[in-house]
Amino acid sequence: MGWPSIADIAAKVRAGELKASDLVEQALTAIADKREYDAIIATTAERARERAAAVDAAVKNGEALGLLAGVPFIAKDNFLTFGAETTAASNILKGFTAPYQSTAVNRLEEAGAICVAKANLDAFAHGSSTENSDFMVTKNPHDKTRVPGGSSGGSAAAVVLELAPFALGTDTGGSIRLPASFTGCVGYKPTYGLVSRSGVVAMASSTDVIGPLTRTVEDTALVLDVMAGRDPLDSTTIERDEAGYTDLPTDLAGKKIGVIKEYMAEGLDDGVRDRIHEAIEKLKAAGAEVQELSLPSLPLALAVYYIVCPAEVSSNLSRYDGQRYAFSAEDAVNLEESFSRTRALGFGAEAKRRIMIGTYVLSSGYYDAYYRKAQTVRTKLINEFDDAFANVDFLLGPTAPHTAFKIGQNAHDPLQMYLTDIMTVAVNLAGIPAISIPAGTSDTLPVGLQLMAASGRDRELLAVAKATGALL
Amino acid sequence: MADLTRDDVLKLARLARLQLTDEEIAAFQKELSEVLQYVAQLDNADVSGLEPTSQVTGLKNVMREDEVIDYGVSPKDLLALAPKKQDGHVKVKRMIG
Repeated sequence: MGWPSIADIAAKVRAGELKASDLVEQALTAIADKREYDAIIATTAERARERAAAVDAAVKNGEALGLLAGVPFIAKDNFLTFGAETTAASNILKGFTAPYQSTAVNRLEEAGAICVAKANLDAFAHGSSTENSDFMVTKNPHDKTRVPGGSSGGSAAAVVLELAPFALGTDTGGSIRLPASFTGCVGYKPTYGLVSRSGVVAMASSTDVIGPLTRTVEDTALVLDVMAGRDPLDSTTIERDEAGYTDLPTDLAGKKIGVIKEYMAEGLDDGVRDRIHEAIEKLKAAGAEVQELSLPSLPLALAVYYIVCPAEVSSNLSRYDGQRYAFSAEDAVNLEESFSRTRALGFGAEAKRRIMIGTYVLSSGYYDAYYRKAQTVRTKLINEFDDAFANVDFLLGPTAPHTAFKIGQNAHDPLQMYLTDIMTVAVNLAGIPAISIPAGTSDTLPVGLQLMAASGRDRELLAVAKATGALL
Repeated sequence: MADLTRDDVLKLARLARLQLTDEEIAAFQKELSEVLQYVAQLDNADVSGLEPTSQVTGLKNVMREDEVIDYGVSPKDLLALAPKKQDGHVKVKRMIG
């Protein structure tokens, strides 16, 4: 049975027409029924039932309830939450029980939402397929022999399988948008800093963002509205839009949309190209002014990202040393060996690979040639986005050059796996908001359409995405 | 950029406090060299007159009052997470030898 819209569910819970306890049981039953997809690492069933009972009691007592009253959701397992372990799908964090919760989850709970489970991911969010999870590979709901994309692949699969009305993901280089594209749901990457990162396992701090995965843009807008804004626990957070993110206008007439030339170039699957061209024609018919636009440095974005990201990853993962929490190797004779053994046994291949690359590009003698150079090309990219947004309101292209690939296809070629992110990473480097919405299928597999806007224009982006989604 | 040698990989692993098996050393020697060759395309990018970007918010020196705020987490809760502890401290292996 499918879920109604999030606004509908919450309204009915507040009106006493739906019970939060029934919604939680519906989610837990769906999770149990769809276990074969390996989308979920653990449920938070006991805590979810307690919270649902509290919501139902509050309704009975006539207490005021929030925008998400009784709405079940699933958090990617790199969000610190009560009620289950927080592992980031890594062996090194297996057994870790968070002593506090992430701000994003706290804000959702304050609005009445109920976390029911933790979703699978590539360990520490390093990957594009969930194959790098230290525990299991999530299967694509459209074809079990294919990946759901990553790293928020468990969250995306959970939404498409309707295990809950929405899921949380993180997007450092495309990790929300890519799985949304591969599974056929909506994935939103907000402006950098719009949602607090406090209590989320850090990957690459200068590009990490938090966002929802949902079935509709309206659902995404409502969840973002609850999470967005300054947080004293994350000093990189920015002010929210005073107009909020709901009640979106849907007029496309006169909207200026630039189609990114570099993303429509050769190497794009025909089916993906066809779906994007069809969307462009529909946007034109709806009155949007669509033009082709070039950002010449975009082909360099992936190289910039695979310097900046591992550099920040190697710094952020240095905290996992086996001394203060989580896994610790038993067989070391001294402290340094305890660090090295713990990390050798606790990290998977991709985490180690990124730590090694990051250590290299940050090491003395190579810092200027790699890290500083990458950060300077990053400035060039940002300038090109600024120039583009001086001419158009939004940028458009595919989310990925192809549809979901077979499990195992890229497993032994790390560079090929990195290329999956080729159309998503530039957005993270620039800090701008972007969304992937379903744009039909190619050979029965979902295709994602990506829209981008200038920093801080999340409300406008959601509005145009909602209007575009209605056309497709 | 020349390919990484086995010694290069071992030096990085030491810096990163990461013990590697012989198979991992061989694999990383190849894979890291490939990634470094790929990112070498930045060598030709013209960045004259540009400064590096390390953060995108434009925020500077975000300050707060220097006061204790109770978030409901006690030192005891945090210490309970440590694999080994003694007398209210985290216990670690000896540092020398």
